[in-house]
Amino acid sequence: MELFELAIGSIFINNIILAQFLGICPFIGTSKKMETAVGMAMAVVFVMVMAGMITWSVDTFLLKALNVEYLRTLSFILVIASLVQFVEMFLKKSIPGLYAGLGIFLPLITTNCAVMGTCLLNIGNEYDFITALVSAFSYALGFGLALILFAGVRERVNLGRIPKPLQDTSIGLVTAGIIALTFTSFRGMV
Amino acid sequence: MAQSLAKEFTKGLWAEIPPFRLVLGLCPTLAVTKTVENGIGMGLATTFVLVFSNLLISILRNAIPPKVRIACYIVIIATFVTIVELVMQAFTYPLFLTLGIFIPLIVVNCIVLGRAEAFASKNTPVLAVADGLGIGIGFTLSLASLGAVRELIGAGTITIWGGNPVFAVGDWYHPFSFMVEAPGAFVALGLMLACMNLIGKK
Repeated sequence: MELFELAIGSIFINNIILAQFLGICPFIGTSKKMETAVGMAMAVVFVMVMAGMITWSVDTFLLKALNVEYLRTLSFILVIASLVQFVEMFLKKSIPGLYAGLGIFLPLITTNCAVMGTCLLNIGNEYDFITALVSAFSYALGFGLALILFAGVRERVNLGRIPKPLQDTSIGLVTAGIIALTFTSFRGMV
Repeated sequence: MAQSLAKEFTKGLWAEIPPFRLVLGLCPTLAVTKTVENGIGMGLATTFVLVFSNLLISILRNAIPPKVRIACYIVIIATFVTIVELVMQAFTYPLFLTLGIFIPLIVVNCIVLGRAEAFASKNTPVLAVADGLGIGIGFTLSLASLGAVRELIGAGTITIWGGNPVFAVGDWYHPFSFMVEAPGAFVALGLMLACMNLIGKK
């Protein structure tokens, strides 16, 4: 039950993009078309869950055991970068269909702060393995949800006649603000 | 030489000021600008990382093999981020707590990696430092100004350093707390971006 509450909280209330401000660059960058938004969302779910599991293990069995927690930033980014590289090679060889679908979004995930942010949040909240896994998965779902919703709205917004200075990123951010406002209404749920 | 040095420095202050002209590094911009103080703290931490990673990458630019350059840049940047983390934890602990995970996340800030790839890897160390300093100060100014707008409207105060407001509007003002909440950050940044577009690209 606690895990269920955590999952609902991470998807809606503490949505990683709209409430925690992580992963804004891919949020703005890949939301101009629905296809790219779906591709990015899938790639993030995939990598975030794996990164959550691996960084949790690295932190518990390596950094804490050896008492070198100050190397956390350095080791997490290396783990994520090599994980992304590895996943890319693995998918290319064994599941070419999925690889073609995710395409260029996989390498971009290395610099997606949502992935590293989730890993750091899991460690900061001192979750155990299962909780960390649930949290990573639901944050990733929240990322996908916000990204796909935003892409849908943005496709419509860009058809309108927008004043020149407001075009593109500017109106995108204002739209995101209004979506974030609707998400604040989930606050009383859990 | 002096002329191009000045040019590399000043372009970060207006012509390529992040995050308005270069739309990069939006996560810290939105997350930490609840007050001017947080904005300045985040800006200075990023500036430190930018200057030193630019310097080191520029010195090593002929030694780093092109195929693994991104991985090398990330390790260099992560080293300086760790230094900033430890220094802030020791000397500015309250600020360290407010900025939270956004300090380790300077590692994945696209501005730092972007400058390493686009500038430091192709130019001499002196120019790279000028570029890093310019972009860093520009970023600090942007964060401070966005923080000022949000804090003034959202809380009716301006806090520059140390947690005490240097300016308060007064009791007659009812704070519009939308601006210091998450949705207000998006709207404020979007509108400021529109103002910058209105003033015109260089």
